Amino acid sequence: MNPLALLARIGRLALDMLSAIGRVALFALSTLSYMIRPPFYGRETLTALLHVGWLSLPVVGLTAIFTGGALALQIYAGGARFNAEAVVPQIVAIGMVRELGPVLVGLMIAARVTSSIAAEIATMKVTEQIDALVTLSTNPMQYLVAPRVLAAFLTVPLLVGIGDIIGIAGGYAVAVHNLDFNAAAYLKNTVDFLEPLDVISSLVKGAAFGTIAALMGCYYGMQSGRGAQGVGRATKGSVEAAAILILAANFLLTGVFFSV
Amino acid sequence: MIKLENVHKAFGSNQVLRGMTLEVPKGTSMVIIGGSGTGKSVALKCVLGLIKPDSGSILVDGKPADAGDRDAFLARFGMLFQGGALFDSLPVWQNVAFRLMRGTLKRPAEEAREIAIEKLRRVGLKADVADRLPAELSGGMQKRVGLARAIAAEPEIIFFDEPTTGLDPIMAGVINDLIREIVVEMGATAMTITHDMTSVRAIADNIAMLHDGVIKWTGPVAQMDNSGDPYLDQFIHGRAEGPIEAVR
Repeated sequence: MNPLALLARIGRLALDMLSAIGRVALFALSTLSYMIRPPFYGRETLTALLHVGWLSLPVVGLTAIFTGGALALQIYAGGARFNAEAVVPQIVAIGMVRELGPVLVGLMIAARVTSSIAAEIATMKVTEQIDALVTLSTNPMQYLVAPRVLAAFLTVPLLVGIGDIIGIAGGYAVAVHNLDFNAAAYLKNTVDFLEPLDVISSLVKGAAFGTIAALMGCYYGMQSGRGAQGVGRATKGSVEAAAILILAANFLLTGVFFSV
Repeated sequence: MIKLENVHKAFGSNQVLRGMTLEVPKGTSMVIIGGSGTGKSVALKCVLGLIKPDSGSILVDGKPADAGDRDAFLARFGMLFQGGALFDSLPVWQNVAFRLMRGTLKRPAEEAREIAIEKLRRVGLKADVADRLPAELSGGMQKRVGLARAIAAEPEIIFFDEPTTGLDPIMAGVINDLIREIVVEMGATAMTITHDMTSVRAIADNIAMLHDGVIKWTGPVAQMDNSGDPYLDQFIHGRAEGPIEAVR
């Protein structure tokens, strides 16, 4: 291939990527501005709180309990190689609270909530419901996007907190019942080892991941193309973007909280 | 009066409107006809501000459509969408009363519900439909609910986007009659786009033939059959031969 053509292609890709980042950033800023100015749609926000928060609890709980249990088994088996089996409570606690809790809850929310928001809004776009909202003097950003993003921002940290506790409980159950740990000592080690910054970082990550998940669902839904294929593409794109951005944000936030 | 003057709109390389000019006098019913993809829906959406034209001007009662208070501007309009565009998460009555439960026209829920039920009755639906979800209704009932929503706030201007598409002839006739009655009763200005010549004759005071992004002919519906315009003749008689290419 001609080197200049290759350079042009790389340049076009870079420009496309920058333009996409710009569009998402503008969408996020616009959403923020609609979240803090009236009118506020209380009923839509409550519905979103229910869908994003309450109805995600079973998925989050099951993910966390299995992960906590598996983590305890892995740490016990790995620790046994250098006689460090006793660190199971501490590593389960730090692993769940700092990393696995927020990341897995974030990814489960991306799978469950982002896809659902993107598919719902994309379908509304395809069936002209978004246009209908505008003709009824209702701003779709304010009516559809702001309540969903606000709900995710508020509820995902709570889900992460609950996921952390359930994950630790899963590790505790496996350690006490399968690995013969002393129950009281396990709990004491867990509580003693965790620091306030661990919990704060977990909740902050939850808020960031929830915001990303809902924003991506709304953004891709609003940008959806026509027909069933448009809805499918929007849904797939939203989950991919949310998952990647959650993992990237996790790396950045971990650096911010724990870089030495 | 609604006035479109030399309106152009392209989507990428697809030039849809190429200088559309049209006047709709106040209190009259204008029906825009034309083949699929000729820009009829785009024209309506340009007036409403859902699509921004590339050039040209759109005036409503002498004022630019894109200037001034947007909410107040939109409050003057009602629109019946082709597929109904009902909000599936809301029961029928909340769809109909949507505008009456928010913004400047907001009123108590009970009052909004009463108005919604009255409007449902106006379009021939019983009160027990009010609490059902749109997905539980037939296509014809959804169209009627869409019509009830369009007239709920008693707008001065009503747009109908292919109001009879997908309906059986009897239901299409019912919708046509309802549209005509409501427009006359409310004294509203109406713009309808359709392919259905029965609708044209039932609804229109005036018609406009849109082809290739421009209005080829416009005039009173009574003159439609003797217009002498080859585009209009071909369209209203459904002939494959003529200036409009059958394969587009």
